[in-house]
Amino acid sequence: MSDNPNNWPLWEVFIQSKRGLEHKHVGSLHAADAEMAIENARDVYTRRQEGNSIWVVKAEHIHASLPEDAESLFDPADDKVYRHPTFYTMPEGAKYI
Amino acid sequence: MTEVKDLEALFQARIDAEQKIEPRDWMPEKYRKNLVRQVSQHAHSEVVGMLPEGNWITRAPNLRRKAILLAKVQDEAGHGLYLYSACETLGVTRESTIDDLLSGRAKYSSIFNYPTLTWADIGAIGWLVDGAAIMNQVMLTRTSYGPYARAMVRICKEESFHQRQGYEIMAVLSKGKPEQKAMAQDALNRWWWPSLMMFGPHDSESAHTAESMKWKIKRESNDELRQKFIDRTVQQAEVIGLTVPDPDLKWNEERGHYDHGEIDWKEFWNVVEGNGPCNHERMKARITAHENGRWVREAAAAHASKKTKKKQAA
Repeated sequence: MSDNPNNWPLWEVFIQSKRGLEHKHVGSLHAADAEMAIENARDVYTRRQEGNSIWVVKAEHIHASLPEDAESLFDPADDKVYRHPTFYTMPEGAKYI
Repeated sequence: MTEVKDLEALFQARIDAEQKIEPRDWMPEKYRKNLVRQVSQHAHSEVVGMLPEGNWITRAPNLRRKAILLAKVQDEAGHGLYLYSACETLGVTRESTIDDLLSGRAKYSSIFNYPTLTWADIGAIGWLVDGAAIMNQVMLTRTSYGPYARAMVRICKEESFHQRQGYEIMAVLSKGKPEQKAMAQDALNRWWWPSLMMFGPHDSESAHTAESMKWKIKRESNDELRQKFIDRTVQQAEVIGLTVPDPDLKWNEERGHYDHGEIDWKEFWNVVEGNGPCNHERMKARITAHENGRWVREAAAAHASKKTKKKQAA
C-alpha cells in the first residue's frame, strides 16, 4: 500500500453473470469508495452484458490461506474416500440409487 | 527452513507440470521482476495505444464507425486496467507503475509512436496492430503466472472485434473509389513493417526469450509468432486486393510458410530509444492527462474520507 492518502484503495470485484449463479471473482480496481468501485466495475467488467449483480470488497479485508500451509491445511480430507458416493458397493439390480 | 535451491526446484517443477504460479507462491526474484517488466509494459501499451486511435474519434466517417471506434478505445482502457491489476499482484503499487511510464523508465510498444494520418490508418491498426497483438496474447493465455493468464483470457475475448472492425474498414475502402483504395494501400504500406517489429527482435537477439521460455512466461518465440502473423495476414490482404509492401515475400513450399524480407532493425531500435515520429507527443499526452486528472483523484479521496468520518460520527 502507498502512504499517499490521495491514492484510492484497491477493491476486488465479484460479478454474478446470471440470476441464480454465484458471484465470481473477475479482477480488481482502484476507487475512492464503494459506490465508485461499483460504477467502475460496471464500466470495466460488464461492457458486454456479463453482469447481473456486482460485489466489491476492499482488498485489505480479504484474508487468504498460505500456499505453504496447503499440505497440512487440506490434509484432513486426504483419507476420507467414503465421502464420495462411488466408495459404496451397491447390490446388483438396485435401481435409482 | 527450506533452502532457496529447493524452492527453485519446486517452482520449476510446478511450471514444468503446467501448474500456474499464483501471487502468494514463492517465486524467484528474477521471475517476478521479469513479469513486472513485461506485464507493466503490456499495460502501458494498452493505455498509450488509445492515443493514435482517439485521434480519429471525432473524425470518424459516420456514426456507426464512431460508435465502434469509441467502444474499441474503451476496451483498450479496460485492458490496461486488467493488466495493471495483474501487475499489482506482484507486489508493486499502481502509483509506482504509472510513475515508471511517465518518467520514461518503463517502455510501451513502439508501434504507438507512429502517427495516424488518414482514416485508413484506423483500419490498418485494427487489422494489423491488433492482429499482431492477438497472436501474442493468445499465446499469453497459457502463460505461467495465473493473474496474467486470466487477464489475457478476458482480453482475447474482447480483442477479436477489434481486428475484424479494422479489416472491415480496409475491405470497404478497397472496394471504394480509386482514391479510397489508394488510401488503404498507403496505410498498409506504412503499418506493415512496424507491425512485424511488434514481435520484437529475432530470437537470436532477444534478451529475455530464453529465460521467459524456461519459465513459460512466453510459450512461443518472437520469430514463430511473427511467421504465424505473416502467413495469415498475406492471405487476408489478397482477399481485399491489397499488396503487402515486401518485394521479397514469397510462399516457400518446402517450409510451408512465407519467406519475407529483412526488417529494418535500425528503425526499430531508433523508435525504441525514443526517436520515433510520435514518442514525445505520446508521452506529453500521458503526462498532461495524469496532471489534469490530479484534482479529480484528490477530490474523490477527500470526499470518500469525509463520508467515512460522517458515518463514524453518526
